[in-house]
Amino acid sequence: MSGNLTNLLYLVTIVTFILALKFLSNPATARRGNWIGAVGMLIAIAVTFAQSEIVSYWEIAVGMLVGGAFGAVAGRRVKMTAMPQMVALFNGVGGGAAALVSLAEFHIRAPLAGHLQYDISATIVLSALIGSISFAGSLVAFAKLQELIRGRPIVYRGQQVVNGLLFAAILAAGIAVVAGAERQWLVAALIGGSLVFGVLFVLPIGGADMPVVISLLNAFTGLAAAATGFELENNVLIVSGMLVGASGTLLTILMGRAMNRSIANVLFGAFGQIAPGVAAGPAAAGANGGSVRSASAEDVAVMLAYAQRVVIVPGYGMAVAQAQHDVRQLADMLEAKGVDVSYAIHPVAGRMPGHMNVLLAEANVPYPQLKEMDEVNPEFPRTDVALVIGANDVTNPAARNSPGSPIYGMPILDVDRAQHIVVLKRGMSPGFAGIDNELYVDPKTVMLFGDAKASVANLIASVKAL
Amino acid sequence: MSHGALLVFEITILVLAIFLGFEVISKVPTLLHTPLMSGTNAIHGIVIVGAMLVAGLDHKDTLTLVLGLVAVVLASANVVGGFVVTDRMLEMFKKREPPQRDAD
Repeated sequence: MSGNLTNLLYLVTIVTFILALKFLSNPATARRGNWIGAVGMLIAIAVTFAQSEIVSYWEIAVGMLVGGAFGAVAGRRVKMTAMPQMVALFNGVGGGAAALVSLAEFHIRAPLAGHLQYDISATIVLSALIGSISFAGSLVAFAKLQELIRGRPIVYRGQQVVNGLLFAAILAAGIAVVAGAERQWLVAALIGGSLVFGVLFVLPIGGADMPVVISLLNAFTGLAAAATGFELENNVLIVSGMLVGASGTLLTILMGRAMNRSIANVLFGAFGQIAPGVAAGPAAAGANGGSVRSASAEDVAVMLAYAQRVVIVPGYGMAVAQAQHDVRQLADMLEAKGVDVSYAIHPVAGRMPGHMNVLLAEANVPYPQLKEMDEVNPEFPRTDVALVIGANDVTNPAARNSPGSPIYGMPILDVDRAQHIVVLKRGMSPGFAGIDNELYVDPKTVMLFGDAKASVANLIASVKAL
Repeated sequence: MSHGALLVFEITILVLAIFLGFEVISKVPTLLHTPLMSGTNAIHGIVIVGAMLVAGLDHKDTLTLVLGLVAVVLASANVVGGFVVTDRMLEMFKKREPPQRDAD
């Protein structure tokens, strides 16, 4: 196949990717968009196979079969609640692939020492560095979300100094390679150092911030792929990688903005660690003085069934308990009784942006019922019951009231402005931010303790009995 | 095309891709953020093209072949897993329940 035809067909792939992203912006066309992207990917793979310089057909086919089978099985079998770590894992292997491509490319070109152009060596260094960080960082994010290691920030004295020194060393190695020290061991060391850095970089970040981290690492892998495009002088890699790099960066910024925190603060703040000390601020005095009221499922069922308007506020607790189907069933029963039911979705509820949307969609909740924060907040004063299911920090009024709180200024769902608040929760443990929630001692609040799924099932039974 | 001219051309399309990426994504509602992240995750699996080119070359040593093939395996997992997971998420977005007549 001629070079021109190859590049034209690669252009078709690029167009399908752009269309895929465009279609993804509308729920009605999103699924089609994903398929269009998949077709584009297939075209790119087929075109690459048809290149005259490719000789190891069988080896590649077997490799694709192995990787593809793993991806298909893992992607099919994963539970909806475990999606975030699956995305982290697939993102990580993509970054790893980019790093390996650059290592191999350096190995091919290195014997011609002194002949490596600066842009080639620079992009080899970049994709090796970024790809390795993305690989190692994503695996740590995966391990944290899968609870293989603890989700709380892991910090120690001088952590940022160590990370800073390590990064400076990696950078120095990279500059040395570009400047002409074209030694393979140096590139290998650079990759090793980047892998260690990727681990150290994600370890101090708390579980609640994982969505932001995964989004950032997603952008990293895109950039690494774009860099391999420069090494191989391949347009489809440059454009597709950069599309992901740009969109991932924007998504990361949007998510940070939703939490009212800078990306630097997310990455280097070790958020949950400082929080418990700060919670003893002025607002906490009131919190300590109040008492928690707990209620039975029967009491809550009566409140819900005789309300005009109920807003359900789901959070990570609902995801963990897999309670979305029961929640939907409860909502259906209330609607049958003439109650106006909607769902309030905080942009960072759960472990990924839109995490709640996906879970509720799985339970067949029609998406017009899902209200975003800005839309639903003015409605809380007119809401009879706000039913909080496993959400914590995103409902904490401290974000509005107590300047001393680490979450002060974060936009929250104003559930405390509802007439009554019912909180379904396993116990009084704080959320991922590690701070107390004064909502729980509000006189308008009652708590229903227990696993979210069991509690919702009890509510369904109680509503049925009315 | 000389190496310099090619580089300038590549940088040009890189910069255009940055703007395009921002432009296309800025219109995605929060509702679709997770599928979007997952969808872009699948798209950067395009690195499989790089892996194939490196692994498929008529090279003289096994190291390149091994590195390339491991990259092919990883990138394939990224591509297939990415699209499958995204499809599973989007499969569930429905405006209303299917009407009752669809008795299946």
